[in-house]
Amino acid sequence: MILIIHLLAFCGGFIIMSFELLGGRILAPYFGSGVYVWGSIITIFMLSLAIGYLLGGRLSVKNPTPRKFAGIFAASAIFLYPMILYAQPVMEFIFLHIEDPRYGSLTTAAFLFMIPTIILGMISPYSVRLLVDNVEESGKVAGALYFTSTLGSAIGTLMTSFYLVLWFEVDSIITILTLILLGIALLAWFLAPGQQAQSANTSTAE
Amino acid sequence: MHSLNTTTKKKKVITLVGKLLKPIWVLISFSALVVPATAVGKTIIHEERSLYTSILVQQSRGLLCLNFTLKRADSSQSCMDVKNPKRMVFSYTRMVMAGLLFNPNPKNIMIVGLGGGTLPMALNELFPQAKIQTVEIDGAVVDVAKRFFNFQESANNKIVQQDARVFAKRANLKKEKFDFIILDAFNGDYIPEHLMTREFLTEVQSLLTAQGVVIANTFASSVLYDHESNTYADVFGKFINLKGRDTGNRIIIVPEGAISSEQRNSISKQAINAQAKKLAPVLEPYSVPIKRLARDIYKRIGAPADWDENKRSLTDQYSPANLLRNQ
Repeated sequence: MILIIHLLAFCGGFIIMSFELLGGRILAPYFGSGVYVWGSIITIFMLSLAIGYLLGGRLSVKNPTPRKFAGIFAASAIFLYPMILYAQPVMEFIFLHIEDPRYGSLTTAAFLFMIPTIILGMISPYSVRLLVDNVEESGKVAGALYFTSTLGSAIGTLMTSFYLVLWFEVDSIITILTLILLGIALLAWFLAPGQQAQSANTSTAE
Repeated sequence: MHSLNTTTKKKKVITLVGKLLKPIWVLISFSALVVPATAVGKTIIHEERSLYTSILVQQSRGLLCLNFTLKRADSSQSCMDVKNPKRMVFSYTRMVMAGLLFNPNPKNIMIVGLGGGTLPMALNELFPQAKIQTVEIDGAVVDVAKRFFNFQESANNKIVQQDARVFAKRANLKKEKFDFIILDAFNGDYIPEHLMTREFLTEVQSLLTAQGVVIANTFASSVLYDHESNTYADVFGKFINLKGRDTGNRIIIVPEGAISSEQRNSISKQAINAQAKKLAPVLEPYSVPIKRLARDIYKRIGAPADWDENKRSLTDQYSPANLLRNQ
C-alpha cells in the first residue's frame, strides 16, 4: 500500500514536469520561445498546483480512499489527453485576439494547462492523507512523499528534455503520459480495493 | 555551554559556506588565467549577458567582432573591418549575397537575425528604396549593433524586436509579402528550435512573392545537416545547396520559393553569369566574389542530395535541434 502510494506520487511528479516542459514546445509556434513564454508557463503551473493542493487537501478530509485517489489520476488523464485536439484551435484563436505575446502566452497557458495541472496538484495532499497514521509521524510521512514526488519531477524533467523529445513527437509524449496516468489509476484501483485509509480513521476515532 | 554551541555552529556554517564557494573561487582564479591568454592581441570592447545569449564585442587586428558564445572565443558571429566597414569579412555573408543573382532588385526584404547588422546595412546601401525589416528578438543585440557596428535604423531599414515565428505569423495575417527573405537566426550556442521546423518554413514560404527568393544560413555539420536538408526539401522541393569552398558554411538558396520546384523557371548558365557580371561592380566594395559564386551555384544546381534522406524532418512536433547537434 505504502509502496503503491509512493509510486503514484512519483508518477504524478514526473508527469507534472514533463507536461510543463512540453508546454514550452506547444506554445513556441505561436508565441515564440522567449523568456516570457516560460514565465507564462511557470506562472500557470505554479498557480494551478497551488489550487490543486488546496482542493486535494479539502477532498482528503471526507472519506479518503485509495480508489478515490485513483480517480484523481483518471480525471487528470481525461483532461490531459484532449489537449492534442484543442491546443491548435485555442492558440489560433488567442493569437488572433491578443497581440502581445506575453499575455497571449499567459492566456493560452491558462486555457491549455490549468485544469489538468490543478487535478495533478491534488495528488500530493491526498497521498499524505492516505499514508498518515498519527500526528507524530505526519511530518515524516509528508516529507517522504514530497521526496518521492519531487524526485519524480526531477526525473520527469530530465527524461523529457534529454530523451523523450528526441525520441517522440510532442503528441506522442502526451499520449504516453496519459497512458501512464490511466495505468497507475487502474493499478491503484485494483491493488487497493475500496478500503478506507483505516489507520488514520482509527486514530481520529481514538 | 550555549554560547559554545553557537560558536561551533557558526564555525560549521562558515566552513560550509567556504566549501560551497570553493568551486566559484576555482572558477574565478581559472578565468583569471584564461582571459589574458585568449586576449593576446584582442581587446574586449564590450561584454554583456542578455536574456538570450552572452554578447562579447572584441577587436583584434583591425577587426571588430561580435561573439555570442564564450565557449569558443574564436567563432564570431559578425565582424567588421574597421578601416573598410563595407568589406564582408565572413564567407557566409558573402554567400548570402549570392541570392541577388535570382532577384537582383529586391523591394521588400525580411531578415531574421540581426547580428552585427552587416546584411541589412549592405542591402540598405545597395537598395535604398527597398523596405527592409530585420527581426531580432534580443534587444541587447540591437543596442550592440547600433552602438558598435554603426547600424542605423531608418524608415526603410527597420528592426522589429520580436520572435521571428510570431513575426511570420502576424505578417501572414496582414498578408505582407517579401521578395527577399534571409534566415540567419541560428547563432551562438542555442538554436531556436521553433525556427527550424517545416511549419515555420511553410509560413516563410507563404510570405514570398512569386519571384521571391529565400536564403538561409544553415548547419553544415553534424546530423542536423541531414535533418535540416530534409526539412527544406519537404517545403521547397529542390534548392541550391551552396557550400563554402574552404569554410564549413552551407547556404540554402531557393529561387521562386513560393512555387513548387517543377514549375520554376530553369536557370541557365548564361543568365546567371550575365547577372553576376551586372552585379559585380556594385558588390565589389563588399568583397562579394559574385562571379565565382555564380559558377559555384551553377555547379550545384540539380546536384543530388549529399545528405541522409532517411533522417526525419523537423516539425513543431519533433524539433530537438539542440540535442541533434550534439549527437
